[in-house]
Amino acid sequence: MTIATKEVLPELTSKDFTSDQEVRWCPGCGDYSILKQVQTIMPELGIPKEDIVFISGIGCSSRFPYYMNTYGMHSIHGRAPAIASGLKAVRPELSIWVITGDGDSLSIGGNHLIHVLRRNFDLNILLFNNEIYGLTKGQYSPTSPRGSISKSTPLGSVDHPFNPAALALGAEGTFIARTMDRDPKHAREIILRGHHHKGTSFVEIYQNCNVFNDGAFAIFTDKSTKADHTIFLEDGKPLLFGQERNKGIILDGFKPVVVDLNEGYSQDDLWVHDEKDNIKAAILAQLFDDPRDEDAYPRPFGVFYSEVRFTYEDVFNDQIQNAIDQKGEGDLQDLINGGNTWEIK
Amino acid sequence: MSATKEAKELVKEMVILFAGDSGDGIQLTGGQFSETVGFVGADISTFPSFPAEIRAPRGTLAGVSGFQLKFGSNAIFTAGDEYDVLVVMNSAALKVNLNDLKKGGVIIVNTDGFDKKNLRLAEYIDGQNPLEDGSLDDYSLHKIDITKLTRESLKDSEMGIKDIDRSKNMFVLGYIYWMYSQTLDNTFKFLKQKFKSNPVVRDANITVLKAGYNFGETSEAFISRYEVKPAQLPKGVYRNIMGNQATAIGLVVAAKKSGLDLFYGSYPITPASDVLHFLSRYKNYGVKTFQAEDEIAAMTSVIGASYGGALAVTASSGPGIALKTEAMGLGMILELPMVIINVQRGGPSTGLPTKTEQSDLFQAIMGRNGETPIPVVAAYSPASCFNTIFQATKIAIEYMTPVIFLSDGYIANGAEPWLIPDLNEFPKIRTKFVKQATNGQNGPYLPYKRDKNLVRRWAIPGMKGFEHRIGGLEKQDETGNISYDPENHQHMIEIRAAKVEKIADDIPEQTIDSGPESGELLILGWGSTFGSIKTAVKEMHNEGVNVSHTHLVYLNPFPKNLGKILKSFNRVLVPELNMGQLRQLIRAKYLVDAQGLNKVKGLPLTVKEIKDKVKTIIG
Repeated sequence: MTIATKEVLPELTSKDFTSDQEVRWCPGCGDYSILKQVQTIMPELGIPKEDIVFISGIGCSSRFPYYMNTYGMHSIHGRAPAIASGLKAVRPELSIWVITGDGDSLSIGGNHLIHVLRRNFDLNILLFNNEIYGLTKGQYSPTSPRGSISKSTPLGSVDHPFNPAALALGAEGTFIARTMDRDPKHAREIILRGHHHKGTSFVEIYQNCNVFNDGAFAIFTDKSTKADHTIFLEDGKPLLFGQERNKGIILDGFKPVVVDLNEGYSQDDLWVHDEKDNIKAAILAQLFDDPRDEDAYPRPFGVFYSEVRFTYEDVFNDQIQNAIDQKGEGDLQDLINGGNTWEIK
Repeated sequence: MSATKEAKELVKEMVILFAGDSGDGIQLTGGQFSETVGFVGADISTFPSFPAEIRAPRGTLAGVSGFQLKFGSNAIFTAGDEYDVLVVMNSAALKVNLNDLKKGGVIIVNTDGFDKKNLRLAEYIDGQNPLEDGSLDDYSLHKIDITKLTRESLKDSEMGIKDIDRSKNMFVLGYIYWMYSQTLDNTFKFLKQKFKSNPVVRDANITVLKAGYNFGETSEAFISRYEVKPAQLPKGVYRNIMGNQATAIGLVVAAKKSGLDLFYGSYPITPASDVLHFLSRYKNYGVKTFQAEDEIAAMTSVIGASYGGALAVTASSGPGIALKTEAMGLGMILELPMVIINVQRGGPSTGLPTKTEQSDLFQAIMGRNGETPIPVVAAYSPASCFNTIFQATKIAIEYMTPVIFLSDGYIANGAEPWLIPDLNEFPKIRTKFVKQATNGQNGPYLPYKRDKNLVRRWAIPGMKGFEHRIGGLEKQDETGNISYDPENHQHMIEIRAAKVEKIADDIPEQTIDSGPESGELLILGWGSTFGSIKTAVKEMHNEGVNVSHTHLVYLNPFPKNLGKILKSFNRVLVPELNMGQLRQLIRAKYLVDAQGLNKVKGLPLTVKEIKDKVKTIIG
């Protein structure tokens, strides 16, 4: 197998990462923004585009690879993490991105998602969560809130939904983050962080489906409500939020409590975010109640958890190298002879 | 001393069945005996059978494990229909296996396995003991209290009674070595290696093995001793090989011959797991084995690895293959090289996991949504797995397509001597990578532009200037872009099918294995029925019956001259371990009125069954 020798990288722009294919998402779809942010950060990675691969499953978001002028595969429903695992195992030097949706990764592909997270291949997973099946025209998804009225649930869905961040943590993920299509700057920052994480990065992106589930995340994304219903996590910084930046979260034992800085609390009292603390990350992931509830916690965005752990492909390939170092490179004749031979003369 | 020692009977071939509880070490005993007789040049064929349960209740009928072995100075192609010698460690093993013992055959029993409890577990009527009631009078019965003799020979050992009893299979092995005039050297060597870190167990096993041999030597048993001369096998260096082992080794060789890294993604399933076990030990050959979370991930990891430029392979058995089929369709439409191994077992559903069957042929040829032709090849004996998997890999890489390789439980676990091939005689496998130097000179890279064999060129991530997107949606011809154009879809379906059909130009023409080139009856086989058919045809030729045998390795596409061969015979018989799957394909494609011999009992076809069927056809 011959791979071209790498030259000095030419300066690339986001245009270099735009394929010649017409983008065919519905006008106004949140996917456009995510595509734009990814194309924008690509030149910053400093990776030649031939070393970048986008792999998707099935669903609206999974058309994504066709629009990236890199290597790419639009595969089958739910299986992108497993395809990416196979690719990473044999080509650890590649930058591999998995593009998936809430149905693709949390329903039909749930098994692959949890296993890729525990194995910790160095991959970037972007989960476009729109809480609906868009491509099949509007059935509820595993992230739709209970009671969702959809094409397949005229009386409201019965299922309790998944909490993707908690699921990813539970699956021993090493990098768990959340961002949204309507905050391009934050999305770029978080996606870049995911890329720089050595291991599987899991980035859930709230994405508006303006045709089948319009406004599902409006309370978090609209200017008028965003500040009071979201909390943007920053490592080493206190958990502060609110229109007036006057609200915060303290930890009372294991229980997060929203406090008002005008009522006797100072910033020094607040819970300081520590990305390396998986117990606190689990508590943060549980700040997941219905935002319409009066005493709902703000929904966290940013990096919940980030841990350095060996990657699958490193150990996988080390084992091979060690075996070669110890036993010498295998000799084919020895292999086919096995231990015991006899000769007929 | 006994007179029997001097009177060694020279035999051409012999069938032995070792049977006992699944914890009795039967497989090891059989394996060691096969290796030893192989070393002295006998031809062999083995057929291990085990219960589906790892540890079925001790002493029960369900827990019986067996290892059947045919060996001799003749060319041997099957493990035999009936046994000459039946070695049983308990009552259940006798009950399960007595039916197929030749009339007048030898039974060697461990009497300790015939106590009240064992007899009850084997479901003998209360008070009945076959060793005492005369029901075995037609056989040559040899009762040995193997348990007691084993314990006695280890009375000075520091081992506990439980561990001592575990070496009683060595007593049996030693005794049978004596019976067949074999030396103990090979098993000494084996025990020294196996227990090198546990000298107590090593020495105990050696002591018991010798005790078994010496018991034969010193007891006054009126038992025949046999001698088997070496077989007239072609000259060369041999080893014993099991089907799954030959498959694993063949893959490593194919990877080397293609210059690709071998990636093997698999999920554990009987009887395919051994391929994973073997390959996972070949890490110093650069083999990458990945135990996936499920069958689907095994298949899709293979697609990912193939996309990355590896020789990517997965294996499973029927139910696992069913789970892989959607992804196989993706592999097919992407036109990436990969090999899917199906070590068939009894179906449907979970079926008979440890038993053999050939009932996944339709699944291999047709079992996918849409028009999804995938080449299919089938091995026909343990050693043939090596060549056949090599050919499967060569087709996959040179035609940029998934290829299905069929084996089955009988071949996978069976063993035979293998004339070790000269690796220089194996051709180089030519990969279809794009030439980096041509980039830009011939316009943009068109991932689905084809050569004269309709094969596309392979560009893998890392190749500068060849960035492209592929997927499961229908592709525009040449560009690979998504296309819903009706004419294009028709064209792409046809061109993908034509590519697979073109492989027929590249595979060997079908030949007659034995018998005349035309005549009254052709037996058309595929897969593991080879040995039984070949033996039956050989016997029928000796009896003056005019019959021919041909055996298919290439099942999709068929060899180009198959139709001509079929039409050179008045009748065609297709014996299969299914309800007539190849027969249906043959009838549909060649309009030949083929008849079937169909058996789905989880067991191989017997020579007798084939001969009986032929008699009903041509009298």
